[in-house]
Amino acid sequence: MTPLAIIGLAAATMFGVGAIAAIVRIIRGPSILDRALATDVLLAIAMCGLAAEMAINRHTDTLVVLLVLAMFAIVGSIAIARFVAKQDAS
Amino acid sequence: MTAFELGVGGLILLSAFLSMAAGIGILRFPDVLTRLHAATKPQVLGLAVVLLAIVLRVPTWGVVSTAVLIMTFQLLTQPMTAHMLGRAAYRSDHVRRDLLIEDDLGRDIDEHEHELERAPESDELREDGPAR
Repeated sequence: MTPLAIIGLAAATMFGVGAIAAIVRIIRGPSILDRALATDVLLAIAMCGLAAEMAINRHTDTLVVLLVLAMFAIVGSIAIARFVAKQDAS
Repeated sequence: MTAFELGVGGLILLSAFLSMAAGIGILRFPDVLTRLHAATKPQVLGLAVVLLAIVLRVPTWGVVSTAVLIMTFQLLTQPMTAHMLGRAAYRSDHVRRDLLIEDDLGRDIDEHEHELERAPESDELREDGPAR
């Protein structure tokens, strides 16, 4: 087992803790805004995890996936935020 | 293990730690605005350091340019998301006002409403109310 693989195992554990905490917040979140925010954090953790896997295994296969995620992560949260604002304004 | 690999591993571990801190932060902070503070850590710094790790591992121009593009889009879109979420939280009263030290937006809204009360004849000009 190479040293970088051990580091990858430790990093995966930390990513997992963060992702589980975000999922708990998605389930428990008192408002829809908390859930949208926790979904954003979960997506960010997934992006960081994909990138870390690329750095450890020394390939660039999922770099394009990261690009698309960075471009379109905005859609869901802004749709939810606009919907909540309009509903409360009326 | 070379110093180079150690640096790459350190960057990956930093990103993982920031992700874990963000998860714990949104689990333990009390309201939407404080959770927004925790949420931005993996979105910006975490992704930046791990992209730097990829560039160090695979140092070609194609990877560098794609990493710059990813970081550009992330820095363009995440502040917009955070702004919209914070605005919606403020308007729909998901903010715990007892935790706020200073409420600049509330003060501005109060001033604007007083101005409207003082000048009722110009009401039809401002029919759409304070800027929403």
